[in-house]
Amino acid sequence: MQLWNRYFLASSVDETLELLLQYDGQARIIAGGTDLLIEMREGHRPPQPVLVDITAIPALTTIEQDNDQIILGACVTHARITHSTALQKRATCLVESCGVVGGPQVRNVGTIGGNVAHALPAGDGTTSLVALDAEAEVVIDGERHWRPILELFQGPGVSLLDSTRDLLVRFRFQAHQPHEGSAFDRIMRPQGVALPILGCAVWVRLNADNSHYEAARICIAPVGPTPRRITAVENMLAGCPATEDTLEAAVALAQEVIKPRTSKYRATAPYRSEMVAVLLRRALPAAVERAKTTMPVTSQ
Amino acid sequence: MTPITLTVNQKQVELDVPESRTLAELLRLDLGLTGTKIGCEEAECGICTVLVDGVPVDSCVYPAFRAQGREITTIEGLAPGNNLHPLQSSFIDHGAVQCGFCTPGLIMTSAALIDTNPNPTDQDIKTALKDTFCRCTGYTSVIQAIKSAAAEMRGEAPFPVQLPAVEEPERIVGHSVAPYGVRDKVTGAARFTDDYNFPHMLYARTLRSTYPHARVLRIDTSAARALDGVQAVLTHEDIPGENLHGLVRRDWPVLCGDVVRYTGDAVAVVAATTPEVAAAALDLIQVDYDLLPVVSDPEYARSPEAPDIHPAGNLLKHIKVRHGDVEQGFAEADVVVEREYRTPIIEHAFLEPECAIAVPAGVADHDKLTVYVGSQIPYQDREQIALALDMPADTVRVRGTLIGGGFGGKEDIAGQIHVALLARVTGHPVKMLYTRQESLVFHPKRHATIIRIKTGAKKDGHLVAVQAELYGDAGAYASLSDKVMTRATTHATGPYVVPHAKIDCYAMYTNNPPSGAFRGFGVTQSAFAVEQNMDILAGELGLDPVKFRRMNAQQVGATTATGQVLRESVGLIETIDDVRRDMQPENGDFRWAWREGNAAYGWGFASAYKNTGLGGGAPDRAEAEVEVFDDGSVEVRTSSADMGQGLAHVLAQCVAEELMLPYERVKVLLSDTDLTPDGGPTTASRQTFMSGNAARLAAIALREAFTRQAAEIMDVPPNELRYEEGLLRYNGQQVELGQLVGRMKQHGVSPRARYEYWAPETKPLGTGGDMHFAFSYATQAALVKVDLETGEVYVLKLISSTDVGRAINPLSLKGQIEGGIVMALGNCLTEAFIVEDGIPWTTALARYKIPSIKHVPEMITHLVEHRVNSGPYGAKGVGEIPSIATTPAICNAVYHATGVRIYSIPIDQDALLLALKRNQTEVHTAWPDVK
Ligand SMILES: Cc1cc2nc3c(=O)[nH]c(=O)nc-3n(C[C@H](O)[C@H](O)[C@H](O)COP(=O)(O)OP(=O)(O)OC[C@H]3O[C@@H](n4cnc5c(N)ncnc54)[C@H](O)[C@@H]3O)c2cc1C
Ligand code: FES
Ligand code: FES
Repeated sequence: MQLWNRYFLASSVDETLELLLQYDGQARIIAGGTDLLIEMREGHRPPQPVLVDITAIPALTTIEQDNDQIILGACVTHARITHSTALQKRATCLVESCGVVGGPQVRNVGTIGGNVAHALPAGDGTTSLVALDAEAEVVIDGERHWRPILELFQGPGVSLLDSTRDLLVRFRFQAHQPHEGSAFDRIMRPQGVALPILGCAVWVRLNADNSHYEAARICIAPVGPTPRRITAVENMLAGCPATEDTLEAAVALAQEVIKPRTSKYRATAPYRSEMVAVLLRRALPAAVERAKTTMPVTSQ
Repeated sequence: MTPITLTVNQKQVELDVPESRTLAELLRLDLGLTGTKIGCEEAECGICTVLVDGVPVDSCVYPAFRAQGREITTIEGLAPGNNLHPLQSSFIDHGAVQCGFCTPGLIMTSAALIDTNPNPTDQDIKTALKDTFCRCTGYTSVIQAIKSAAAEMRGEAPFPVQLPAVEEPERIVGHSVAPYGVRDKVTGAARFTDDYNFPHMLYARTLRSTYPHARVLRIDTSAARALDGVQAVLTHEDIPGENLHGLVRRDWPVLCGDVVRYTGDAVAVVAATTPEVAAAALDLIQVDYDLLPVVSDPEYARSPEAPDIHPAGNLLKHIKVRHGDVEQGFAEADVVVEREYRTPIIEHAFLEPECAIAVPAGVADHDKLTVYVGSQIPYQDREQIALALDMPADTVRVRGTLIGGGFGGKEDIAGQIHVALLARVTGHPVKMLYTRQESLVFHPKRHATIIRIKTGAKKDGHLVAVQAELYGDAGAYASLSDKVMTRATTHATGPYVVPHAKIDCYAMYTNNPPSGAFRGFGVTQSAFAVEQNMDILAGELGLDPVKFRRMNAQQVGATTATGQVLRESVGLIETIDDVRRDMQPENGDFRWAWREGNAAYGWGFASAYKNTGLGGGAPDRAEAEVEVFDDGSVEVRTSSADMGQGLAHVLAQCVAEELMLPYERVKVLLSDTDLTPDGGPTTASRQTFMSGNAARLAAIALREAFTRQAAEIMDVPPNELRYEEGLLRYNGQQVELGQLVGRMKQHGVSPRARYEYWAPETKPLGTGGDMHFAFSYATQAALVKVDLETGEVYVLKLISSTDVGRAINPLSLKGQIEGGIVMALGNCLTEAFIVEDGIPWTTALARYKIPSIKHVPEMITHLVEHRVNSGPYGAKGVGEIPSIATTPAICNAVYHATGVRIYSIPIDQDALLLALKRNQTEVHTAWPDVK
């Protein structure tokens, strides 16, 4: 079945925006296409008259590390994120989450920007970017600016971006510093749609002797219509010793504050609640262990 | 049309193509590189994988214009010229190719892996091939082939091929010769139906029902007809002959006119100049429906309040097994176990979606209306096409193409009749290719069943009685339900001696997709129940599950529940002993279960049996023809189908054996109703036995004719002639087979022999006597690990032993067994086709997970060869038996590991974990119940 009529391989951001303007809602951005084309193929979305391919735009496909900050183009593929040694050390949870997306063929074309722009409540890359407190550079109504990533999510599958007009350009977030570390894990089932029953990304910063949490960011998804942080647990962890007792207290609190829903053919609410505990018990200690060995960023 | 330049297999190509092309379409349609296959167009199956700048991508969702200026490598370009890439030869050597439809994708994905990782571990391979599916091989041979090729490319020796031990082979039979035509399957040259194209060919699509049950009030096709490019729109009014088809019972409309009974029902068909126009035309057809109440479950279907789906009511068949006196049996029992089990609808998910092409008589060198199709039953296709078109059968020709997997799902009519009708009306060749999504909603599946079963035994462990009630969801049409559910019923005692049995099965019409043949033919379902009841009984009796089975096992002389006395070839006890032996750890005592940290480990055991051949009194015959040519080559011909199971080489081996020829000299021609005699349906694990026998006996007849001729020429007594590699010798004199051909023709003797083989007679159910002429047996043990934190179940090891009568080709048998086991793993752990009130939820492959390479356990495969006198060299069927014991073995293992028994599949980790947390010992729900 024919899913689109015209196909443009854009070479710059400006060209992309011009094409979108010119086609006035008829043209849609395509990155990897691993969400978009499949949605159209399965009939969940009508065919699109015009597609504007943004994967060949150099500015959208770079991974840069500027001292403490990492800047990630929206069209960097999951495969490139997974294989980036810089990201392995400085954004470990992101690497772990992008490493489990689909299979190699999907990771070779699917992009981190597409994962975020699709605005699912539990995109794996998205979950980690939220825990990394990333910001997204977007062009909305012709205006280019940085937004906290959580502002992009308006509802399940509903993004702040209208991909027939707006463009997600890149992300930025702090690279892990000494005493900082992160981890991602998820629970899948072998049946049905390849969406996680629950995914969990954790970022922590420990104090100078690695004995206490200084700060933590946790994203567990899906626990609502949009990705969100578990701030109650984050706040609780700050200042607490990095011990088994603290972990269990965090687990207890998380199970209290998170009220997952049952979703059809994926998981029941009680099971998800159990998985909240399992994932925290897996990801939090992993992030802590990594935090203890993170090296300073050597000057570039 | 827009110009595009790219490099394909090192050649720069410039094309003018529509911008809507995917890379797969560009390769297949514009460049004719049909080695790249399409299985789903959803980025799920990975078989369309090609390399873009050396990186594997799914070409089905890769827009062609993104490839502008890039370098593409496809299977056709993997090795220069006529050479084979080490992966290609290694896939052949290690038996990693069956139907071959997935092979290009697997090889391309593997090539990219080895390129970046010259020494991949099993784990690396499982990561890299995670989303490249194969439904046939079970992947173990694939892993082995990749590692071996990688070794070769590193300059090391290739890996030895792992073969099961077999009895003393004959000259050719018993050897693992390469499957017939396998080279074409690894180079991409092999042609499946969609790879054929004819001049001025039209493309057809089918309009299917919107509702599971409705009266059709009006069909308005005028707008569709008016669409530019549309050449024909046909409805029920356009069928010249009988508007019903069906293999056992003709109850399935070719095109529905009055009532639709499931959402896959065809209402209209369109032929147009492009597939896009055909699809657009479907949207323009208006159908008015009057909705009828939906029957969505077989128990409700039998209740008086359920509306009738067919005029004769919803009961398709009540099948009864009566053996001994079941009341008396239970009275004698010391322990009785009664439980209820449920299995879901299961989809074949063969990787090649259905495709059919019809070419009208007089077009493109076709003297008859010819239908190209990958079908399991060409002659019945022909008969059904002829009936619908009201033409004499011999004016229609069905030419079978290669089949990209069937497993029972390509027995019923799909597009065959539709394309024939459209070709006749338009005068053009017409191709109808189903999308994966259409294939899912349309074709018959494995029956969902409810099985209530009561098993009784004495204190000493002897079984005394089985009583069971089964409900089978036959769906909207009969298909093979009658036969399938009969098998479920007659095998419901398991492969044991049970003196008293009373089993009732109700095959019920519903508004779900039809159910029909599926590897295991109903026995997969009943074994799930039988073998778990066996374990429960063993537990209550305090007996070891293996000893308990062994003491009740069928042996020669035993009587089955249908009253058949087993006179030969009952290798069950040996299979039990083989498997038990391998469960023993190298040091220490065997344990059924243990725990390590948060993991629970357990072994589970199950045995099974499965008939070979149609049985039940159905006359079972197969014809084959063998011909010798002037050049000394030989051809064997039969209409039977090779859907990857390896029939072609079995036939060639039998013929080479009997004519004492090198295997390579024998060509095989299958599935052509004009050129090949009727081999009967490729079903019921019957082809090795039936067509193998026909080919062998035809070859013997031919050998005798040649011997007589040679004896005359050389003037020697026939019994003193020796055959050697295509020569006949006597005392220094020799003559080639090919030389004799001319002589024979001169004397009016045909260098060709045809043999019609009739299977030993069988008796219908209920009459006692032999219901089947052979049974295959298998035992399997599964070692599972259950994650006690998440409820996830992993199968770590699977030991199997299978009584196949005789191993004609050990490597390909191993492939059948491994493939059958992995398919059954899906049945137990990953698969369920979900239908909600008659509306399929499983409308995409993304919603139906078949096992991928990452699910594959370590497999140990034993063969037992208790020969069947009447089988070719003693062989009996093997196609289905490997898929039967796996599910209960895994469930028994989960029970040992966790103390929780699974009564419904596929195993739901969610329910299993919650049961563990709540100290419950039974799980009666499965994944589809999560809502
Ligand atoms: C087999 C398979 C398995 C998968 N498994 C997983 C998994 O395990 N975990 C997971 O999270 N996802 C999974 N996915 C989903 C998908 O691969 C990812 O979400 C991927 O990151 C999407 O990126 P893409 O570049 O392909 O997006 P596309 O499909 O190109 O785009 C998605 C949407 O975002 C819009 N868009 C894309 N980029 C931009 C941009 N820069 N600016 C504005 N709008 C934009 C598009 O218009 C479209 O609406 C899977 C998909 C498949 C097919
Ligand atoms: S992934 Fe492309 S055809 Fe299945
Ligand atoms: S050989 Fe792999 S799908 Fe048939």
